[in-house]
Amino acid sequence: MIAPPPSGPVPWDKHFAQELLFDMLRIRRMEEKCAELYGAQKIRGFLHLYIGEEACAVGALHALTPEDAIVATYREHGHALVRGVPMNAIMAEMFGKSAGCSRGRGGSMHLFDAAARFYGGNAIVGGGLPLAAGLALADRMQGRQRVTACVFGEGAMAEGAFHESMNLAALWRLPVLFCCENNLYAMGTALGRSESQTDLCAKAGSYGVPAQKADGMDVVAVHEAMKAAAHQVREGLGPFFLELQTYRFRAHSMFDPELYRDKAEVEQWKRRGPIHTFSARLKAEGKLTEGEFLALDARANAQVQAAVEFAEAAAWEPVEDLLRDVVAPT
Amino acid sequence: MGAESGTVPMTMIQALRSAMDVMLDRDPGVVIFGEDVGYFGGVFRCTEGLQKKYGTSRVFDTPISESGIVGAAVGMGAYGLRPVVEIQFADYFYPATDQIVSEVARLRYRSAGEFIAPLTIRMPCGGGIYGGQTHSQSPEAFFTHVCGLRTVMPSNPYDAKGLLIASIECDDPVIFLEPKRLYNGPFDGHHERPVVPWSQHPRGEVPEGHYTVPLESAAVQRAGSELTVLTYGTMVYVSEAAAQESGVDAEIIDLRSLWPLDLDTVVESVKKTGRCVVVHEATRTSGFGAELAALVQEHCFYHLEAPIERVTGWDTPYPHAQEWAYFPGPDRVAAGFRRVLEK
Ligand SMILES: Cc1ncc(C[n+]2csc(CCOP(=O)(O)OP(=O)(O)O)c2C)c(N)n1
Repeated sequence: MIAPPPSGPVPWDKHFAQELLFDMLRIRRMEEKCAELYGAQKIRGFLHLYIGEEACAVGALHALTPEDAIVATYREHGHALVRGVPMNAIMAEMFGKSAGCSRGRGGSMHLFDAAARFYGGNAIVGGGLPLAAGLALADRMQGRQRVTACVFGEGAMAEGAFHESMNLAALWRLPVLFCCENNLYAMGTALGRSESQTDLCAKAGSYGVPAQKADGMDVVAVHEAMKAAAHQVREGLGPFFLELQTYRFRAHSMFDPELYRDKAEVEQWKRRGPIHTFSARLKAEGKLTEGEFLALDARANAQVQAAVEFAEAAAWEPVEDLLRDVVAPT
Repeated sequence: MGAESGTVPMTMIQALRSAMDVMLDRDPGVVIFGEDVGYFGGVFRCTEGLQKKYGTSRVFDTPISESGIVGAAVGMGAYGLRPVVEIQFADYFYPATDQIVSEVARLRYRSAGEFIAPLTIRMPCGGGIYGGQTHSQSPEAFFTHVCGLRTVMPSNPYDAKGLLIASIECDDPVIFLEPKRLYNGPFDGHHERPVVPWSQHPRGEVPEGHYTVPLESAAVQRAGSELTVLTYGTMVYVSEAAAQESGVDAEIIDLRSLWPLDLDTVVESVKKTGRCVVVHEATRTSGFGAELAALVQEHCFYHLEAPIERVTGWDTPYPHAQEWAYFPGPDRVAAGFRRVLEK
């Protein structure tokens, strides 16, 4: 059974609430544009949209400090954006241009940005988890009180890398916040057909890692849960596992006939959409007017337009430069 | 060898599916599993419809667990089944490396022949689809370096089906690499032009029933006199285009089976032409081309009139945007021809 749409009071002032709404809109509008640009062959290869899941990245990453680190997956455009990677640099990367945050070498699935402490998109399922444990161990060894937030899909929990990372993090009490975005499907495989234990928190708990679920369609619930979890991790209590229960509204990537779920299910989840439910709550509490919403949306769209123009105008990396950064310069 | 029935036009995807269909039907020990191969029918649709036809105990989905998939296939093989597993992209085999190297490849040797691992590991490889560094790799040399494995790479629907059936029937583990850029047509490196569909290619005519293409046989794709091209997969068509566009009378050998290698065909051709160009899409250093060059040198030294040339991908991860700079297209291959002819 799909829960009723998120509701209830928003414990934030108008300014903060609108800031988070704006970030969700920025992700949504940017990705809608990306889908269009994919059709026009401006963005090529693989493109995994986050549409529907925006409350997860926005709620979670706003609960961290700029010193914390993020490790993500190939569905990471939203995380990069919320984390402060400029939209222009993200869009240019999607186009494969040298003004992109990874010089156009990685494309959509491999966004990196040291300034934003964004340790990558990663197209290998489970690939980022051991890295996150290592960042956290280094933080501890070097005496820094930072959190490493590691975002992954529930599909990654079947990989050996998940189990090894959970064990290491728990054994060494590492400051890692494992953030599982459970959107119920790993490509075409439903959770129940890939996990022996579909209660993901129970699975995490078996490593002695404290675990909690939150409604990933509700930016408030995500933020509250993440704030509490990050506090605990920062205080040195060891790793934490947070399951964000969410849903992707679009196909897995651009070539997915979506035969594995029915339209009615998708429609039901859309009723729980993070942007319209949050906007409605803010309006009910007098923290948002329709005019303000339209203005935020227009600003988001303007940013997207500017980013596309920036990416269009940017240059390709010169072919001679492709040999750079394979190994250290001599 | 020897087809049981008439032929129909097939894409490489249809030919691979037909091979699995034929083998599921003939041999109750054949089972197919991997990520999204059952219900979903595979990312490239190679297994579409097979679960419906043969049921979920013969064709089934797995979690995202490459090491588990490959490792389980070893145990199943030891009990007499013939697992055909899919690694969704060759780029994802790395989590299964230990199982492939330490278990799959060595079970026979370690048990002094008492146990075998008759499994086939299918994986789409190669670039040309803007897949970037994690959806474009050509890792064949990782496998040819491991004793105990056979490594196969077809370049057309007819061979794909015949080689896949031979692989499934083989008592050794076979790494079956599928150049994904060839799934729908013989891509020749001219990415700006639409690819010719397999239905217009003679090797797109595929027998519907059972037949095999022997696992250790190369094919002379184009007979020629000026130089020998040793290649496989997508580069077969790129080399053909290079020969046609440069006017060089190249003899192009499609190795099909990288290891064991049909050395006789290679040696015969190089002795005839006296010049050799090795072409592959994978990175250059320690690529399979290095082995080929060494073998040609050992077996044909006194017949060589010029140093052997290699035309390969660059020694970089596969770039996302500058894909066609990395990809050794017809111009780069033709330049290799000229170098070997000028010396
Ligand atoms: C090691 C590895 N195996 C397989 C894949 C292919 N693949 C890409 S995404 C995906 C599904 C992942 O699902 P999940 O982790 O739940 O994340 P979601 O896509 O739902 O966000 C698969 C199987 C991969 N990228 N890497």
